[in-house]
Amino acid sequence: MRDVAEIWSYLAQGPLLWLTLTLLAYALADLVAEALGRPPLANTVLISVVLLGLMLWATGTPYATYFEGAQFVHFLLGPATVSLAVPLYRQGARLRRAVLPVLAGVVTGSVVAMISALAIGRALGLDLATLASLAPKSTTAPVAIGIAEGLGGSPTLAAVLVILTGITGALIATPLLDALRLRDWRARGLAVGTAAHGIGTARAFQVHPTAGAFAGIGMGLNAILTALLAPVVLRLFL
Amino acid sequence: MIRALALILSCQLAGEVGARLLSLPVPGPVLGMALLWALMVLLPRVAEAVMPVGEGILRHLSLLFVPAGVGVVGHLDRLGPQALALGAAILISTALAIAAGALAFTLVARLTGSHDA
Repeated sequence: MRDVAEIWSYLAQGPLLWLTLTLLAYALADLVAEALGRPPLANTVLISVVLLGLMLWATGTPYATYFEGAQFVHFLLGPATVSLAVPLYRQGARLRRAVLPVLAGVVTGSVVAMISALAIGRALGLDLATLASLAPKSTTAPVAIGIAEGLGGSPTLAAVLVILTGITGALIATPLLDALRLRDWRARGLAVGTAAHGIGTARAFQVHPTAGAFAGIGMGLNAILTALLAPVVLRLFL
Repeated sequence: MIRALALILSCQLAGEVGARLLSLPVPGPVLGMALLWALMVLLPRVAEAVMPVGEGILRHLSLLFVPAGVGVVGHLDRLGPQALALGAAILISTALAIAAGALAFTLVARLTGSHDA
């Protein structure tokens, strides 16, 4: 029998190992969430990330090595974003009846997300470069990175804050909206997609197809809106 | 299935090229989504072919965020002494934004009589 360390070093070189482990971690997270009846706290992204983070830490594997395998999954984010056109098309009639509410929801959610984050951040003593990385946190990662850079923030910090915002939104949306007694799936989905981009949208799809479709609309429109508004809003906090 | 996948990727490619050519502040895939949606509306046959493939990709949308999420774990120390302030800003502002967005939608839906069917 070959040495385990030898087999490990062979596997660690290729993408197979970490691609497989990414899918297995997600399958396990999905199984756990399903068994618990999909409560908001048993978020599949969060469980998978914790599992894989522990594996990388335990094996001393650098993220770059992990990403060589995981990049195939990561790449699908682009085609998935394009595919959001499908639920949008399916819900076309519903969307046409709700143009004004959609615009009101996205503009309100987008502005409240930026102004409240910056106000709290400044009150707690964050410096301007950090505030610039925080401002676009509710929008999808590529947009947020571009905006943060343009405003003098850090692209890495912006990406981290985007992901943390997405997970936060996915965790709190259901209990929060239940407490507010808002039962319209369109309103619920749109608000989550606007405030918590793709991770919120993924959660909305798990809850209800209408919520998922409207979350996709919220995410897409907020990407445009944040790009236009973030420089203006940040200037209020100079 | 291959044709539908090729169409989805073509929309993404066109979106990336278009966003850069016109220096739009929108990411390529979001522009690609608008393009695919327009094609589906104009050509119902395209819509029929794309729907099962697009829905297949979206079925496990959560999975696709896992690699980026794992990347965040290694950068958590970047938050440094500001971690608490950033955490508070994210938690409170995300809750406020979700509540405000959903309330604004509901209010305007009521005012304009936009019921969900």
